[in-house]
Amino acid sequence: MPVIFYVAGLTALFATALVITRANAFHAVLYLILAQLAIAIAFFALGAPFAAALQVVVYAGAIMVLFVFVIMMLNLGQAGVAREHAWLNPRAWGGPTILTTILLVEFLVALNSSAQFDFAKIGVQEVGYSLFGPFLIAVELSSLLLMGGLVAAYHVGRQDRDDEADRR
Amino acid sequence: MIDLDAAMLIGTLLFLLGLTGLLVRRNLVFTLMSVEIMLNAAGFAFVVAGAHWNAVEGQIMYLLLIAVAAVEAAVGLTIVLSLDRRMETIDGDSVNRLQG
Repeated sequence: MPVIFYVAGLTALFATALVITRANAFHAVLYLILAQLAIAIAFFALGAPFAAALQVVVYAGAIMVLFVFVIMMLNLGQAGVAREHAWLNPRAWGGPTILTTILLVEFLVALNSSAQFDFAKIGVQEVGYSLFGPFLIAVELSSLLLMGGLVAAYHVGRQDRDDEADRR
Repeated sequence: MIDLDAAMLIGTLLFLLGLTGLLVRRNLVFTLMSVEIMLNAAGFAFVVAGAHWNAVEGQIMYLLLIAVAAVEAAVGLTIVLSLDRRMETIDGDSVNRLQG
């Protein structure tokens, strides 16, 4: 359904513009999650439910949670407490809430009218068959990539003992 | 039917917003977020094209892109954390010497 796609796309653009103009990293992450959810709705409207689900689970879920964790870890100490108070300010939540409401309305409209529209043009089954058929080597390569990322993150993030001694 | 040009325009604008963020912001967390936006815009273009030509390959490429984005975020954020631990700053301009 084109209207749902365009509204979701515009919401994603608006939220992304807000991401790169925020001073506070946490507000930016909120808007970035919102942009990802809007893109997920756009995928859904395009008839790509598998990509939409992955967008929510992997992008808005896993990757953004990493960002939230890191921002939380960077803001330790007294300044972090003051910032925590600032985050509870309703003004910080107003924008994301309004944009999320747009997405929710779109979602409800899409659910109520799903009989008329082809929301699963390229379904999960098709993607799965070609993923583990002709594109098997790509799956293997991405697993290798994830393994490399795991090793690199572990190696870089390892806390050296003498490093700790330097700071104390 | 969704217009391919309009959908690609949305993807391009998303990519340009990410590029602008990458060039304008100096905080490394924002830099990483901008890279995520750009990767996501590329994935958006893949899915749009795949849906337009009824091809499954668009979503496959999107899947691979998600793996790249996840690894990039994990490694990048680990580097940010270790920079913060060693130099107590995450400003991109003040850590440009790579002296360990």
